[in-house]
Amino acid sequence: MRFLLRRLIHAVFLLFGVSILTFLFSSLAPGDYFGEMRLDPHIAPETVTALRAQYQLDQPLPVRYARWMKSVVHGDLGFSFSYNSPVGPLLWVRARNTLLLTVTATLLTWGLALPLGVWSAERLGHLPDTLISWTMAGLLVVPDLALALGLLLFAVRSGWFPTGGLASIGFDSLSPLDKLRDLALHMILPVVVLVLTALPLVVRHVRAAMAGVLDAPFLRAARGHGIRRHRLLYRYALPAAANPLISLFGFSIGALLSSSLLVEVVMSWPGMGPFLVEAILSRDLYVVIGGVLLSTLFLVAGNFGADLLLYWADPRIRTEPEAK
Amino acid sequence: MQPLIQVEHLVKCYSGRNVPGDGEVGPALNDVSFSVAPGRTLALVGESGSGKSTLALCLAGLERPTSGRINFGGHDIVALDEKQLRAVRPQIQLVFQDPVSSLNPRFTALEILTEPLIVQRRGGRNERRERALTLLECVGLSREMADRGTGELSGGQRQRLAIARALSLAPKVLILDEALSALDCSVQAQIANLLMELQSSFALTYLFITHDLVMAAHLSDEIAVMDRGRVVEQGVPEKVLRAPEHEATRRLMAAVPGSNVTPRLPRAL
Repeated sequence: MRFLLRRLIHAVFLLFGVSILTFLFSSLAPGDYFGEMRLDPHIAPETVTALRAQYQLDQPLPVRYARWMKSVVHGDLGFSFSYNSPVGPLLWVRARNTLLLTVTATLLTWGLALPLGVWSAERLGHLPDTLISWTMAGLLVVPDLALALGLLLFAVRSGWFPTGGLASIGFDSLSPLDKLRDLALHMILPVVVLVLTALPLVVRHVRAAMAGVLDAPFLRAARGHGIRRHRLLYRYALPAAANPLISLFGFSIGALLSSSLLVEVVMSWPGMGPFLVEAILSRDLYVVIGGVLLSTLFLVAGNFGADLLLYWADPRIRTEPEAK
Repeated sequence: MQPLIQVEHLVKCYSGRNVPGDGEVGPALNDVSFSVAPGRTLALVGESGSGKSTLALCLAGLERPTSGRINFGGHDIVALDEKQLRAVRPQIQLVFQDPVSSLNPRFTALEILTEPLIVQRRGGRNERRERALTLLECVGLSREMADRGTGELSGGQRQRLAIARALSLAPKVLILDEALSALDCSVQAQIANLLMELQSSFALTYLFITHDLVMAAHLSDEIAVMDRGRVVEQGVPEKVLRAPEHEATRRLMAAVPGSNVTPRLPRAL
């Protein structure tokens, strides 16, 4: 238990650190949301000053941080200048859409990568392995942006998939089943891009980890007992190879999250990606900070999930604190 | 007496990328023939790279020989497909050199001992557990160790556990692939004694693979010396040690510590 507690405390400190740093850096950047108003001859400088005072942008940094922390506790996460409403609810709707993409993509990536990597490692140096390795190497060199644009072109040309967004016009009038189908159809392209960009790395790691344990004498002993191939691979070999993979699982969530932001912008998925880009361009300070913080939270949660998984999967980690 | 295992003209060539070691060309096993009578011990002695371990893997059905026959209990193991082999496997079990890597680090002692029974679908849950606990006692471990992880056992205890695992399917043959080599001297002696006790109480046939001539002479009824994939000399320990015919045997004898010229036979003989 001490292992998990330690990780949890780490996570909390990390979030604090990230919030302070984003606050610092964003205040280092010149200008703010009201900067452009000053260029407008129709707006008096006094008005701008008054607005800045109203939104407390004239306060010193520690005061602003303290006030912001207070609003974080309330779940508001500060105030959006351009939407004129608290950031929390705005962000939450979009974060949900982003999570929908990344969680689906993560599950799919690992669901594909595990059998592919295991198969590749089992047939090391033979045809399946060569084929998989070359395909993955090919995927690895395609930038995700190119992949996304290519698939968009495909969608436009073929007309089989919607070219963007999350739902069709008139989504609300559809029956629940049709709603689900419509959502799935919209998700296919972005999820495919995400999976294809994340897949090569994961497959290679699974392959390497499995290849490392497949020669182990305890697996030979198990084969000597007449164990079936499937049981050998998935009950013996995979758990033995799992530790680095579980850590990779945490990282893969982060990687998918960040490529998701890009894919969302390209495929106009109403998630955190486009929202953040827009906020950064207009210097909507608290939206940016909230977005960064929420992304960090997902990342930390993903890694914490991986730690939990590790704790559950490896009896050696569970006994570690007592041994010391 | 009718031999239990009869190996005839066994050849094993590793091909392509699967060549272990420095990729030296040439068969790992080159026309190997021998036989072992039930309840006896044959020691296969040789330097590393002489083909001992390849032979062990072929006998255990873990590597397919390139040609030749392995007759065991009326079957030619080489000719069996994987499904038929599965029925034969329980009768030939392996004990490996390194007791750390040969035990699944995620399993408790109990799991390690019941797993072969689960794999072969033998007995119910309670029967399996009872059998595992009995096995622990057979190899000189206590029942209380059942719930320990392998990390909590000493080297000797682990090797005892590995032997217990090999016994769990009630095999006729144990292949001991350098099973004593990784242990220190006093533990070696204990495990060697354990193996002899087990042999008489379960009527086991041993294939004792080692590079240690003295230990081989101590444990076996017959010694076969291997060199570069061939059996170059075969005979009772006394003869092989007293009057080595082949150069490989002499090299092995020179490697025995403290007996550079005339190796003394162990007292047990």
